[in-house]
Amino acid sequence: MDVVLQQIVNAISLGGIYALLALGLAVVFSIVSLVNFAHGELMTVAGYGMFFAAAVSLPFPFAVGIAVLFAIIAALLTERFAFRPMRKADATGLLLTSFAVSAILRVIFQNGISARPKPVPLPSGFAGVIDIGFLHIGIVPLLSIVMTALSLAALILFLNRTTLGKAMRAAAEDFQVLRLMGIKANRVIAVAFAVSGALAGVAAVLWIAQRGSVDPLMGFVPVLKAFVAAVIGGLGSLTGAVAGGFALGILEVLFQAFLPDAALPFRDAFVLGFVILILIWRPDGLIPAPVARRS
Amino acid sequence: MLEVSDLKVKYGEVAAVKGISLSVPEGSIVVLLGANGAGKSSTLNAIAGLVAYTGSIRFDGTSLSGRPAEDIVKRGISLTPEGRRVFPSLSVADNLHLGGAAHASGEELKKRVEAELHRFSILRERYHQKAGLLSGGEQQMLAIARSLMASPRLLLLDEPSLGLAPLIVDKVFDLILDLKRRGLTILLVEQNAERALEIADHGYVLQTGQVVLEGTGAELARSDLVKQAYLAE
Repeated sequence: MDVVLQQIVNAISLGGIYALLALGLAVVFSIVSLVNFAHGELMTVAGYGMFFAAAVSLPFPFAVGIAVLFAIIAALLTERFAFRPMRKADATGLLLTSFAVSAILRVIFQNGISARPKPVPLPSGFAGVIDIGFLHIGIVPLLSIVMTALSLAALILFLNRTTLGKAMRAAAEDFQVLRLMGIKANRVIAVAFAVSGALAGVAAVLWIAQRGSVDPLMGFVPVLKAFVAAVIGGLGSLTGAVAGGFALGILEVLFQAFLPDAALPFRDAFVLGFVILILIWRPDGLIPAPVARRS
Repeated sequence: MLEVSDLKVKYGEVAAVKGISLSVPEGSIVVLLGANGAGKSSTLNAIAGLVAYTGSIRFDGTSLSGRPAEDIVKRGISLTPEGRRVFPSLSVADNLHLGGAAHASGEELKKRVEAELHRFSILRERYHQKAGLLSGGEQQMLAIARSLMASPRLLLLDEPSLGLAPLIVDKVFDLILDLKRRGLTILLVEQNAERALEIADHGYVLQTGQVVLEGTGAELARSDLVKQAYLAE
C-alpha cells in the first residue's frame, strides 16, 4: 500500500511537470500554430537564472522568481525577433524557425556559459521527507505538486477572469474576428508567449529541484516529453495538454515501478508504445482542440 | 462617408474584386447584391482591413490604405462577418466584453453592454451561456451586438440573414432599419435581395468582381437584371 501511494505521488509530481510544459506548448500552438521546440531552451534560460541568482547569494525564493522572469523575457525576445518576422510562414517554416532558435540558444549557452553542468544549490530541506501516517513523501515531489496546482489555478483564473486571458481564448478560436474587435494581434501573441515562458520557468524550477544542476542541453528531453504529452492530449487543446502531461507522467512511473528489471532500460519504448495505442484509439488526442480559424 | 474607388482584391492569382467603386453616404443603408463569388465579402473584408487591396478606400476623407483591422475599427468601422463567427466556447458576456474591450473600459464598458442587452433582450437571458450553444438567430444577434460594442459609425454587415428562419430574418431587417434610424450608416451584403432592396437607400449589383448595375433600392428592384437573377419572378 505504502509503495503504491508513493508511486501515485511520484506520478502526479512528474505528470505535473509534463503538464506545465505541454501547456506551454499548447498555449502558443493554439494561437499561432507553432510547435515551439525552443520551449526547452526557455527552461534552460530559467535554469541559468537560478544559477546566477545563487552565484550572487540571493535567497532561494528570489532565485525562483528570477528563473520565471528570465524564461518570460526569453520567450518574449524569441517571439519578437524570431517568430514575429516569420508570422506569415506556414507550419513547417515556423517549426524550422523554432529548431533554429533552439540550436542558436544551445550554442550561446555552450560558448557563453559552459558546456558542463552548473550546480544549482537547493535549500537543504529539499532532501527531506515528510511522514504522513505510514506514508513517506519527499519534499520535492510534494512541492512540485503544490507548485503545479498553484500554476494551473493561476492560469485558469487568468484565462477566465482577465480581458487578456479571454482574448487569448478567443484568439485560439478565431483570430481574425478578434482583430475586428480592435484587439491587437501582436499583443495577444506576445502575452501567449509570456504565459508559455512563465510555465517553462516554473517547470524548470521543478525539474532542477530534482537534479540540482543546469546544462546547455537540459531542455531537450523535457520538451520532447512535453510534445508527446501535448499530442496525447490533443495538440492545441489546453485541457488536453494537462491531461496528456499527467497521462505521460503516470505511464512513466507505472512502467518504472512494475517493469521487470531486465526490461527497465526499455521503459521509454514501452511508454511510447502505449502512447501509440492511445493515439490509435483516439487519433486527435484525449481532449482534442476545436477546429479553429486562424489569421 | 465611405468612398471606395477602383478597388481590386487578389487571392494569389485569383482576382476576387476587379475595380469596384462605390460610395456610402452618411446615415444611409447601401446594399451589395451578387451571386456567390461576385466579390461582396472581399469588398467588405478589404474595407475592414482584413485583406490586402489596391485602389483607394477613404473614410471621412482619410485613406484607410494599409491600415490594419485593429486600427480601422477604432476609426468607427465595424464588420459583422459572414457566418456570425461568435467565439463558441466563450460566454455571451465575454463575447460582448471583448467586442468593447479595445474601445471602452470600466463604467463605459458596462454601459455599452447594458445598452446591447436592452436592444437584444434574448442576450440577457443567455448572458452566461456559451455562445456556441445559442441558436443561429441568437448567434447573429450576438455577432451584431458584439460589433456594436465598438460604437461604430459605419456598420458592415455580411449576410446577416443567411440560414435563419423567416421569422428571425424579419427581426434582423427590423433591427437594421432601427439602427439606421438611430443614425448608424450601414453597408449590407445580402442574398435576400427582395428584403434588402426594401430597406436600401442605394444598391450595387456585383458580378465576377465588378459593379454591373447601381441605383436606388426601388430602381434596382424594378430592373430586369435584378428581377431575373435575384428576385423570384
